[in-house]
Amino acid sequence: MTTSTIAGRPVDVNEEGFLLDPGQWDEQLAPELAKLIGIALTEEHWKVLRFLRDDFAIQGETATLRRTSLQTGKPVKELFELFPGKPAKKMAYVAGLPKPKGCV
Amino acid sequence: MTMTTETLIVPSFDNDDSTGRKLAIICSKGNLDMVYPGLILANAALGEGVETHLFFTFWGFDIINRKTMDDLKFSFLGNTAMHPPGMFGVSVPQGMGGLPGATAMATHMLKKQIADLDVPEVPEFLDMIHGSGGHLWACRMSADMMKLHEDDLFEGVEGIISASDFIEMTDGAQLLFI
Repeated sequence: MTTSTIAGRPVDVNEEGFLLDPGQWDEQLAPELAKLIGIALTEEHWKVLRFLRDDFAIQGETATLRRTSLQTGKPVKELFELFPGKPAKKMAYVAGLPKPKGCV
Repeated sequence: MTMTTETLIVPSFDNDDSTGRKLAIICSKGNLDMVYPGLILANAALGEGVETHLFFTFWGFDIINRKTMDDLKFSFLGNTAMHPPGMFGVSVPQGMGGLPGATAMATHMLKKQIADLDVPEVPEFLDMIHGSGGHLWACRMSADMMKLHEDDLFEGVEGIISASDFIEMTDGAQLLFI
């Protein structure tokens, strides 16, 4: 385990940089995490992040891209635009959640 | 404000982009159980930022033919690995797959298991791959053999191209033949 200082506070992260404890995340942390991977958060990003946080609280695991698309009503294409390249991992990172486990 | 310390670890999400990794998947089968591996791998590659091209040929043409794409079937005839769901070690004589109704029953069971995992059916899966930036190509020879045209195909198919065109287009790609 490594402790990184993000937004002026210590955060525990794994070897890739993902938060180990989703409880250390709050809405002040998200813009800083996003900035670290080159994303400036808009309201559309926030809709996705809030869904991911709420869904994780209920399901106990990070939603896959498809689940996120179905539940937020955002087409997969839009999720790729919001979080380019590797949307599922990027959105999980900014939401302070583990990488999704599902294949699809 | 972001405070940078020596221990600041940030995922290297975009480093792979510069490698220009490319994946080519040739889908040559139309049995439902042979269709999913290609679609799942394509979707996974796209989610990892890998440029992905799928080429549908021979029986794989049924995956993008609008008349068949929603009605692909699974038969366990000839599949010696067949066992009832979750009952490992209990064999189902594969010859029973030839009995009337066996294919419909096996297809129904497989579709249910796939749906239970929240994995979409074929047309929706193609939509997802297309929406993720995947490139879908139809085989020219298969189209000619079956007398099919672009109008007959899933709308996300970019074109009907020759095998040579596909090989040229996927220069340097890793390749899967399914």
